[in-house]
Amino acid sequence: MDPALFFAASRLVIVAGKGGVGKTTVSGVLARASARAGRAATILEVDGKSGLPGLFDADPLRYEPSELGDGVRGRALTADDALLEYLADHGLDRVSRRLVKSGALEVVSTAAPGIEDILILGKVKQLEVAAGDELLVLDAPAAGHAISFLRAPSALLDTVGGGPIHTQATEALAMLGDPARSRVVLVTVPEETPVNELVETAYRLEDEVGVALGPIIVNGVQHTSGVPDTDPREAAAAVGITLSDEDVDALTRAAEFGRARAALQQEQLDRLATALPLPQIHLPELSALTLGPAEVEVLADALLAGLAGLEVTA
Amino acid sequence: MSRDLGDIVREVEVVITAGSGGVGKTTSSAALAVAAARAGRRVVVVTIDPAKRLADALGLGSGGLGDAPTIIEGPWPGELWAAMLDTRATFDALIRREAPPEQAEQIIANRFYLNIADSLSGTQEYMAAEKLHELHGDGRFDLVVVDTPPSRNALDFIEAPHTLTRFLDHRLYRLLVAPTRRVGRALGAAASAFVKSVSSVAGGVVVQDAIDFFRAFDGLEDGFRQRAREVSALLRDERTAVVLVTSPRREAIDEAAWFARALRESGLGVDGVVVNRMQPRPVDGPPDRFTTLAGAHPGSDLATLCGVLVDQCDAADRENAMLDALLHEVGDVAPTLVPELRRDVRDLSGLEEVADHLVAD
Repeated sequence: MDPALFFAASRLVIVAGKGGVGKTTVSGVLARASARAGRAATILEVDGKSGLPGLFDADPLRYEPSELGDGVRGRALTADDALLEYLADHGLDRVSRRLVKSGALEVVSTAAPGIEDILILGKVKQLEVAAGDELLVLDAPAAGHAISFLRAPSALLDTVGGGPIHTQATEALAMLGDPARSRVVLVTVPEETPVNELVETAYRLEDEVGVALGPIIVNGVQHTSGVPDTDPREAAAAVGITLSDEDVDALTRAAEFGRARAALQQEQLDRLATALPLPQIHLPELSALTLGPAEVEVLADALLAGLAGLEVTA
Repeated sequence: MSRDLGDIVREVEVVITAGSGGVGKTTSSAALAVAAARAGRRVVVVTIDPAKRLADALGLGSGGLGDAPTIIEGPWPGELWAAMLDTRATFDALIRREAPPEQAEQIIANRFYLNIADSLSGTQEYMAAEKLHELHGDGRFDLVVVDTPPSRNALDFIEAPHTLTRFLDHRLYRLLVAPTRRVGRALGAAASAFVKSVSSVAGGVVVQDAIDFFRAFDGLEDGFRQRAREVSALLRDERTAVVLVTSPRREAIDEAAWFARALRESGLGVDGVVVNRMQPRPVDGPPDRFTTLAGAHPGSDLATLCGVLVDQCDAADRENAMLDALLHEVGDVAPTLVPELRRDVRDLSGLEEVADHLVAD
């Protein structure tokens, strides 16, 4: 499909996956790829610490949007800021001072932790409604928490009888249930446990949150093709040389390991394909020690190529 | 001089494993427990991860492992037990232990409590801390290994007792609850203004539920505060060791480094580092002669084979370079490196193999 169509399909893309699979990297890459396909993007960070500024060689994110890269902005959403802003917008400045500065929000959210999630999701919803031509990329909390984060609206609707929190929850739920407004892109790496958890998360998100799922992004896929089956001694003889036993052993070990790893990776990719009827896009494992803007471009290339290779579904 | 993992499983009373997802943390926790059982200790390993991975690693399958510790038979002088955290069951049990029967049932039936106890984030970590406290005090065990959720939540786990204490000490809580002791059900004027403010935002029903919950809680704070203090002290005690588990993947290392810093800031150190899935390096020293060979015979199978070997050397070197960044964060703790295993760990013999790598006999 045309990548531009993919990025135009909803105003919000929620990137979810367990910690350590490169969720933040993928958020950055999605945003950059969107910008390259003609739709500027803003990444929303909700998890406190963020690797995003490093990815783009930029300053730490704040509540207000800041530039990360060409066509890419970022902002860090916190419940306190979202609440202050909400109250100010509704002429409740005095209440807001009282609530936030006394730390009451902390108490309320200790009692009902979902309230913080609702405040953030409410802010996301507000941005989504106002997004216009821009794509919003939400770097969601790590997998287990992502489900409770996204489930917070329905969980709280049972408890909260009325008032602004109720309204926020209802509206956030409407956004999550509408595929023209939001989709979840799940991220994993081609390893057993992350694949298992991705499959579980996918089903729970569909069943418990009712949010649409986009293609799966498999991060860190190693290029493994082409370990020849030839015995190193014979391969050497074929070019007219003789190797020491030690070198033959080393080459044999390397080839065996390469083949075993390729087989393990392929097994996981196949398992994922069998368990989930969703297209996969593979991003390559990069050799750089730290990821920066140059690596984001390389990964955006791979993402755009992967999207271009997807079949258009109805 | 820091302790190695062998010292840790022989000496401490609590091991907390922490790290991001997908690095083999659950497997490492179970393998550390196996190593402890081999050293003659009576050890229980508890996972608070909802993915039931410990059950898989212990070959028990899903549903085989419950809230109550189950003994795992094996060829060791000690005892190995395993348990899975059931947040709701642990919370109910805690309430029933702390409160008189009637009050306990009142709390457990409260809508607000149901919401908190069931699934909202934060409760799980708090209950994990509670479970740790319970098992640590259980005479059947002399070591508790706790497999925490992925790193960010693991820090919540360490903060959990503190969060509760802060909550109980908070002005709002005292405003809502304290007046009931002096003037019956009526709220003080300051409190009702406050409640009005909160109600205007959160909705009146949630606040009323919360007030009912807090009131039902009345009189139990001291017990909870005491437990929170005990857990908090236990986590920071010499008897507790924190083992950071990671893999040499860039993202996992970043998370581990972040976590090591966060641990230090919250007054806990890192006592051990386990790095799973280290790639083997096919040769020691620079692989230059293979690079030369590949260059001399372009397009041949030999050149491809040499290329595979050189790539693996590069990858292994890169992993070591990435690890340096983490080791910088954890001070003088020597990492325990576990090579990438040919098969996934799914049963006890697999765990024993990992235990061999973690703790040398």
